[in-house]
Amino acid sequence: MNTPAALAVQFSRVSKTFGAYRAAREVSFEIRAGEFFSLLGPSGCGKTTTLRLLAGFEQPDVDGGEVRITGGVVNGKRPYERGLGMVFQSYALFPHLSIERNIAFGLEQRAVPKGEIASRVRRAMQLVRLDPDTYGRRMPAQLSGGQKQRVALARALVVEPPILLLDEPLGALDLKLRKEMQVELKALNRDLGITFVYVTHDQEEALTMSDRIAVMRDGRIAQLGSPEEIYERPRTPFVAKFIGESNFIEAKQDGVVNGRARLVRPDGAVLWTAPNERPTEALICVRPERLHLHAPGEAPSGENQLPATVRALTYRGESLHVRAELGGGGDVVVAVRNEGQLNQRLRWAVGDPAVVSWAPQDGRLLEGDDS
Amino acid sequence: MSALKALRRRAFTWFADRPVAGTLGLLAPGALWLLVFFMVPLLMMLAYSFMERGLYGGVVYEATFEHYLRFADPLYVTILGRTLALSLTCTVLCLLLGYPVAWTIARSGRLKNLLTFLVVRPFWTSFLVRTFAMIFLMRESGLINAALMGLGLISEPIQLLYTPWAVLVGLVYGFLPFMVLPIYTSLEKLDPALLEAAEVLGARPTARFFRVILPLSMPGVVAGSLLVFIPSLGSYLVSDLLGGAKQMMIGNLVQNQFTSARNWPFGSAASFIVMGLVLMAVVAYLRTRDDEEGGLR
Repeated sequence: MNTPAALAVQFSRVSKTFGAYRAAREVSFEIRAGEFFSLLGPSGCGKTTTLRLLAGFEQPDVDGGEVRITGGVVNGKRPYERGLGMVFQSYALFPHLSIERNIAFGLEQRAVPKGEIASRVRRAMQLVRLDPDTYGRRMPAQLSGGQKQRVALARALVVEPPILLLDEPLGALDLKLRKEMQVELKALNRDLGITFVYVTHDQEEALTMSDRIAVMRDGRIAQLGSPEEIYERPRTPFVAKFIGESNFIEAKQDGVVNGRARLVRPDGAVLWTAPNERPTEALICVRPERLHLHAPGEAPSGENQLPATVRALTYRGESLHVRAELGGGGDVVVAVRNEGQLNQRLRWAVGDPAVVSWAPQDGRLLEGDDS
Repeated sequence: MSALKALRRRAFTWFADRPVAGTLGLLAPGALWLLVFFMVPLLMMLAYSFMERGLYGGVVYEATFEHYLRFADPLYVTILGRTLALSLTCTVLCLLLGYPVAWTIARSGRLKNLLTFLVVRPFWTSFLVRTFAMIFLMRESGLINAALMGLGLISEPIQLLYTPWAVLVGLVYGFLPFMVLPIYTSLEKLDPALLEAAEVLGARPTARFFRVILPLSMPGVVAGSLLVFIPSLGSYLVSDLLGGAKQMMIGNLVQNQFTSARNWPFGSAASFIVMGLVLMAVVAYLRTRDDEEGGLR
């Protein structure tokens, strides 16, 4: 556990209601200083509301919990009193000010001496890799989307905020530029020691950049953890579906034997996974790349095995996706890695009998979605 | 019928092959209209302003500069000064009254259309009728005096009509929508994220207004100011009805010269002096707007 001093942000049972709509419901989490923290979820899940509560554009409901920034309660404080940095999806550059003046805005509001402003603006531009001499005097309308995003970043960073809020900042950029900026953002977070709070609906973006991710749904945090935790051990069907691809295999927990959960399929087949204290759903989640496909009788012992029939094949370059119908009901997708064997001849044909197997530790017994 | 169709098709291809002719074709009707009904009379007036007056109206074809020189008379300088002062005050008042209204409408969400409708609603009634109605409000036994006396705030009716204040009130009332609408248009386009960005960067409400909102709504402020200043400079109806002879504006002078005084050349000269003033004011105003932005000093 961290001491409060090392915490950049604390949300304690924070709620926000708009009319009858509950955008945030008793949201609690802590963000460590210097962390790259992502709020991830589909639109309407409450991630933007959570960010706006942190920025100060929204205030929690009466008795709607506490928001703390570096230890101090900020409920009721306006955004201009919080001293944070923020990057908007639409960039929100001031169209009537040159790039220099845009970046200088926050420093001017803080009454920083003129000479110091000029040098800090230059440094901020160099930090986001924009040449001050080339771009300083230009107007925002003369820049490309990627350049505008860099200016927005420089404008937020130049005031040296303890926390930088990013609201889907890469949403409007094309894929290649987005990948580049992901790497740069991560590097800035590491080099500057500033806490990043990043809102996105793009699971891949969240996985690649974040130290920790809060997956949100219906105004609540569905799961909070490192990218590995969330991908490897999704808590609920929603998280399993939202992050990566998942297979759901129906099976009920039937006691724990030798530290492993024994599960029974509707047709009586027995499976094993790591136990879960709260298995409210009769579902096991297994990632496609953790499933293996074998000819009948060739599956290794010690793995869970289910008979199946091949139903469809999709060649994807780096892998072959095989959709198979399980003997006891249900469909799974098996990702067969392309290690050279696939360009010979597809080993599988539609209609083939097969066995789907996976190691017990690769299956995850799910809990129910909160609602 | 088919002959007509063929003719039409030939006309279309003829224009399609000649883009310049096409553009001219679109411009010509309107341009011709303005040429005949605006430029020609204007040039006639310009010519008249340098001629001797006819005894019963009209002009005598003898060149003179006297009508322009006559304007140096303190009588006319006073009228000119009053006109400028009233128009400027009216513009400033419209700006101060209109900006908050425009801001409110721009941020009113679903009420936007209703509020815009209410702003233009007065145009449904003739300006003349509305100005007459203000007489009932302001005359000695009018509503304002009656109310003040009823409340015991005054014991005798105060003179409201035929004062500069009455003219000013009438002008501001009449031209306020012309200030509200252009400012509303430019405020409506303002991206709310800009204000949020400014707020996160530490800008308090006043800083947000002067650093972001006002600069970005300047096109509306300029348009609105011109739309109020120019017509109020030439207005004569309000000063005639609410100001009387004592509060004459330049528009009343021009009107008098063309009607009762039958001095067409002097009326024309007065008109051109007003036009010159408007032109100078507009150019000066737009000049001051040009040198914004720039880099860090």
